[in-house]
Amino acid sequence: MNAADTAFILVCSALVMFMTPGLALFYGGLVRARNVLSTTMHSFILLGVASIVWAVIGYTLAFGPDIGGVIGGLDFAFLNGVGMEPSESVTNIPHLLFMVFQCMFAVITPALISGAYAERIRFRAMLLFSVLWLVVVYAPMAHWVWGGGWMFGLGALDFAGGAVVHMSSAAAALAAAHVLGRRHGYGREPFVPHNLPMTVLGAGILWFGWFGFNAGSALAANGLAANAFVTTHLCAAAAVISWVAAEWLHTGKPTTLGAASGAVAGLVVITPAAGFVAPMPAIIMGLIGGALCYGGVLMKHVFKYDDALDVVGVHGVGGTFGALATGIFASSAVNTATGLLYGNPSQLWIQFISVVATWLFCYVASRILFHVVDALVGLRADTESEVAGLDVSEHNEAGYQL
Amino acid sequence: MKKLEIIIRPFKLDEVKETLAGLDVKGMTVTEVKGFGRQRGHKEVYRGAEYQVDFMPKVKIEVVVDDAQVKPLVDAVVKAARTGKVGDGKIFISPVEDVLRIRTGETGVDAI
Repeated sequence: MNAADTAFILVCSALVMFMTPGLALFYGGLVRARNVLSTTMHSFILLGVASIVWAVIGYTLAFGPDIGGVIGGLDFAFLNGVGMEPSESVTNIPHLLFMVFQCMFAVITPALISGAYAERIRFRAMLLFSVLWLVVVYAPMAHWVWGGGWMFGLGALDFAGGAVVHMSSAAAALAAAHVLGRRHGYGREPFVPHNLPMTVLGAGILWFGWFGFNAGSALAANGLAANAFVTTHLCAAAAVISWVAAEWLHTGKPTTLGAASGAVAGLVVITPAAGFVAPMPAIIMGLIGGALCYGGVLMKHVFKYDDALDVVGVHGVGGTFGALATGIFASSAVNTATGLLYGNPSQLWIQFISVVATWLFCYVASRILFHVVDALVGLRADTESEVAGLDVSEHNEAGYQL
Repeated sequence: MKKLEIIIRPFKLDEVKETLAGLDVKGMTVTEVKGFGRQRGHKEVYRGAEYQVDFMPKVKIEVVVDDAQVKPLVDAVVKAARTGKVGDGKIFISPVEDVLRIRTGETGVDAI
């Protein structure tokens, strides 16, 4: 056990926790005023619900002893055997600390999905879906990639959650947009953000918390953590520039929302790569990734699905590009793996397989779950409630008293 | 007595207010309003998607004055609020039957 590592991961866990209220602000500012609280709640309630699900069953399914590369055993259910001593797999920090660091990831991942179903889902449906999704989709994904499952065995690289967090939530978001359908009035009335300063503050908090997310994924206070910290920052910085440049060329004006979205896109892109690539490749990834995600957001207007707050465009496109770019830029000077650029083309192929498998599994499983939840409790608010806004119809309150 | 409803560009409010105060207008009611005339709306762009916003923000000033004050007041307001571009606003003038000051019960011109 290492005291410095323990202190560092304790702080990182708190940083990652702070991302979820940051996300609540980010998403909350993007919806119309009548849905600000329901959208905030979609993130904030998961600090409660997902944390408990994780402690009771999620952690053991993800990080319990491997069963056939598919799922973790139930040894750690109810945190049984998860104590102050290190575990067998992570030997430098207390097992409880590793569990709670991972818990914060399990909280924010289902919250990311909420951007797709915002402004029209019933609260009880959102709750039931999130609990089921954590058990059926998130825990297996975390096991496959980090818990010694089959993707881990294959050698797929995912430093902090390009597949586990971003592609998985984006695939679920796409399923949500498909199953729920478009918001009432979509294409006829403008759906414009009601409070962009809130969104920009949220993006800033996400950027701040992401240092815990990515640097903390080194699971030690060491040079690799510093590398992840720097690549995270530089990739986000480059993506701010490239998103704003892309929209400046495309629509004629640089926007604040573009800068905030570019930051998040860059952070998504670097997530799988942070501890595998060097700082200069991270800048290249950000420059490409920011513009690519801007294109990804425009995609929904072509295919006419209502991914309300662009989870697919930012997290899906960014996560996929980041995973593939990891297979290109991974360098043995940083970590154990090497990518295409350093003479190992097979890594890119492995990354490609993990991308396809993640999208397929998460989309299909999430889509089935949405249908199940719809049959059980009804997914969508009725039109009158939707037009009145979910704040008043689902929660009996209003965000602003004017 | 006449009521003037003066709709102007928001950034002209200070200038128009000073002008009115200089012409012995004793009080006014100001409201932030939205609407459109010939200027129509404007374009907003969020994440590359364009939205037409039909209603432009404007400021509406309501004042009630004695008949004799109307002409000089209107001239002064027009001078202060005009930029010469579409969207400068309008002035609606209508008769007022009576005015009553709640505190004292005064009515008519005395109550303005």
